[in-house]
Amino acid sequence: MRSSVIIFPGSNCDRDMGVALKKFGFKNQMVWHNDQSIPKSDLIVLPGGFSYGDYLRCGSIASKSKIIKSVIDFANSGGLVLGICNGFQILTETGLLKGILQQNKFLNFICSNVFIKVKDKQNKYFRDLKKDILELHIAHNEGNYFCSDDELKSLEDNNQIAVTYCGEDGTENETTNPNGAIKNIAGIFNNNKNVLGMMPHPERMIDKYLSGEDGSLFFKNILDNFK
Amino acid sequence: MKIKVIITLKNGVLDPQGKAIQQTLNGMNFGNVEDVRQGKYFEIEVKEKDEKKAKSLVDDMCKKLLANLVIEDYKIV
Repeated sequence: MRSSVIIFPGSNCDRDMGVALKKFGFKNQMVWHNDQSIPKSDLIVLPGGFSYGDYLRCGSIASKSKIIKSVIDFANSGGLVLGICNGFQILTETGLLKGILQQNKFLNFICSNVFIKVKDKQNKYFRDLKKDILELHIAHNEGNYFCSDDELKSLEDNNQIAVTYCGEDGTENETTNPNGAIKNIAGIFNNNKNVLGMMPHPERMIDKYLSGEDGSLFFKNILDNFK
Repeated sequence: MKIKVIITLKNGVLDPQGKAIQQTLNGMNFGNVEDVRQGKYFEIEVKEKDEKKAKSLVDDMCKKLLANLVIEDYKIV
């Protein structure tokens, strides 16, 4: 499976993502944001970080960069596009995903492990995943997902809510919501479920001694579904 | 021609920074501050002499980049 990780000025999880993808057997390439086109890929990843210093709004400047037209075309033709953290913010600013990531409710930068519940498995990311609850890492200041009531209803009706923040036992409530996101939303899909944006970082959970391996499950599952 | 734009959060959208500023002002004995909403202000120099045209250009900029209409309103002043 071929993957491309797009690097923007200020991306800082691009290398970690590249290392993770390679570890599980993706043929990965790093692509600079100023390039016109993306090498042939089965998966495009927009990595975490602080593209353009989070100027204006997180992800807004990157969402207008040269490479984005190719990413949008790829997504519209059914290609898999995964945005992690700042990548999720960029995807909402392009309009590929609904809503926006606002500043965390309590105005704090959050850096911690969280549990997330997989809400939908009818897609190429989570189909046949052996676990329903994953432990992943979050590190963000703007992860407070927000959208209009109409948009939320359509996300729910089409099962586009991908993952939600929860407790270790799966409890979803205010105390297991780190940033104030509506409905504890940690990640969503587009209508066709080929575009996934989520705040948690699977690329940080790929070593059984350092972090746990729930991120490994995530990457291996994408590969398994591709075969 | 200089065009000025003010961007504010829509009514009903949570503004935790505004809230923190309000609470701080209250703590500084500005007890009559009931609410604070924080926004953004832009001065955009457009190479255009016709005010109507310049404003219509800036309107387009607001829709495409400067404001996110999911949570923000803009006002060209």
